[in-house]
Amino acid sequence: MLAVVLSPLLGAAIATALLAPSLYALLIPAVVVLSALIWSVERGRYRSWGYAEREDDLIVHRGLLFRRTSVVPYGRMQFIDVTAGPVDRVFGLATVQLHTAAAATDARIPGLLRRDAEQLRDRLASVGEARATGL
Amino acid sequence: MIAPPGGTDWRRLHPLTPLVRFGRLILAVALITVPYLESSRSPRGKFELFYPVLVWAALIGLGTIGAIVSWAVTRWRIEGADLRIESGFIRRQSVRIPLSRIQAVDIVAPLIARVLGLAEVRVVSAGRGGEHGRLAYLTAQEAPAVRARLLALAHGLSAETPEPPAVPLLHVDNGRLIAGLSMRAHVLVPLAVMVVAIVSAVIAPGPGVAALGSVLTIVVGAGVALVRAFNEDFDFSINEAGDGLRLDRGLLQRRHETIPFGRIQAVRLMQPLLWRPFGWWRLEVDVARQHAPRDGSDQGGGQQARTLVPVAPRAHVLWVLARVFPDAGIAPPAGAEPPARALLKAPLSYHYLAAWYGNRYVYARTGRVQQATVVVPLAKIQSLRLRQGPVQRWLRLATLDVDTAGRRWGASARCRDEAEAQRMLWELTERARLARHAPAPSATAAAVAPA
Repeated sequence: MLAVVLSPLLGAAIATALLAPSLYALLIPAVVVLSALIWSVERGRYRSWGYAEREDDLIVHRGLLFRRTSVVPYGRMQFIDVTAGPVDRVFGLATVQLHTAAAATDARIPGLLRRDAEQLRDRLASVGEARATGL
Repeated sequence: MIAPPGGTDWRRLHPLTPLVRFGRLILAVALITVPYLESSRSPRGKFELFYPVLVWAALIGLGTIGAIVSWAVTRWRIEGADLRIESGFIRRQSVRIPLSRIQAVDIVAPLIARVLGLAEVRVVSAGRGGEHGRLAYLTAQEAPAVRARLLALAHGLSAETPEPPAVPLLHVDNGRLIAGLSMRAHVLVPLAVMVVAIVSAVIAPGPGVAALGSVLTIVVGAGVALVRAFNEDFDFSINEAGDGLRLDRGLLQRRHETIPFGRIQAVRLMQPLLWRPFGWWRLEVDVARQHAPRDGSDQGGGQQARTLVPVAPRAHVLWVLARVFPDAGIAPPAGAEPPARALLKAPLSYHYLAAWYGNRYVYARTGRVQQATVVVPLAKIQSLRLRQGPVQRWLRLATLDVDTAGRRWGASARCRDEAEAQRMLWELTERARLARHAPAPSATAAAVAPA
């Protein structure tokens, strides 16, 4: 996430430096301050993510400004997605998403290592199957 | 050929089916062509009429042949544990619906079909992308028999089991229905707009009259919506059978629907502003996967809310509610309201805001203009979510969402005290877990086999 946000900024800075060297001096501190800010916010957001596998349900916690805690019983899971976007793939990461019959359920765990994500999916799928209940 | 146990031989639909299915189309074509032919008559006489008439006659003839062929190639049977419907002449299609997955069987009779004594049997089944079968049309006598047979097989009973006897619960008075329907915002707002437009047209004739035209379309639209709602819910009666509720309704098109008890995900009890002096209420149910989406774009699986009681006095609505959700108490206990500081976060809906739970249900009440209470059985909870935005954190409030498989409305406990919402989250998680593992509370609920 950080890399995605920062790279255009750095690109802009370099471009400005080449085109208008006088602005260069001004821009460097601006970029430094901005990246420090984004870094701290993103680090906070990253740290806010958390999940716990309990005996009967999965808890996902997230958010810095808007905090959310979701509780999804294993028996209610209908299917589990593991997705990896292009940026995720570069870093070998993946996102696990749980779906229930309710459209509103939003239990998503991003930024897991690929292997961990697949293990989590398999684990959830097996407990989900064992405890599945009808609608 | 020997039919398998519980099965039947291949059967066709009623021979008048093409007439009903394409009758409307032929009627529409006739309505367009007759005035056209009339206007195209020239002073030279009948000769010029010949070709247009020939073209239209050919089109109608082709349509009729198509309809008859479509009827002739359609056949259905109950085959072992499946209902099979084969149709299509050029693109042959065979639909197989497992009887165990049937959620409901509805009987629908549009006007033309009613005149001819026919009815359609509509089979609704469970599952993502579940197949939905239509048997259109059977005779009006045959349709209930087919429904009884399908439902009996779906519940794992013998095919000859008669339909369980239905006990009438409630009949909605048509006078009250039309009064109640017309006293809702989507009818009254256009009327108020029209009054304003007429007044402004009188005061300032120039621009006022111009505005009147566009206002008129809104009013006509509202009128059409009102007539349609009345047409749908006319002569509304609710009956209770062993396996669920039966709804009979409709003026031109009669519908006989089933709502199995076990499929009800949530119930909403609501009261529009103007119904308050009369003490009228409306009851809706959210049912899992009742209707297939027409265009297939529906990701969630096509859940829909159904009207259970269009308009009735409170006592009647509570009586029906008690049949659907036994022991569901609608009156909020002390402490169900959020703390007073929630007024800052939710100034408009604070008045009726409340949330509470018992051993079997969660309740959430909201609304200022339109009061609504959602009741969700703990056993139907899909997931729970605790939310807190920056303003809520400042006020030490949090919102707890209860997600259900229905998509219209989940119970949402808005703006509770932070600590209380946390406690509610864990308490509801635990109670929902117990409710899921508990055996079905009554024999009626157990009668419906899980999908």
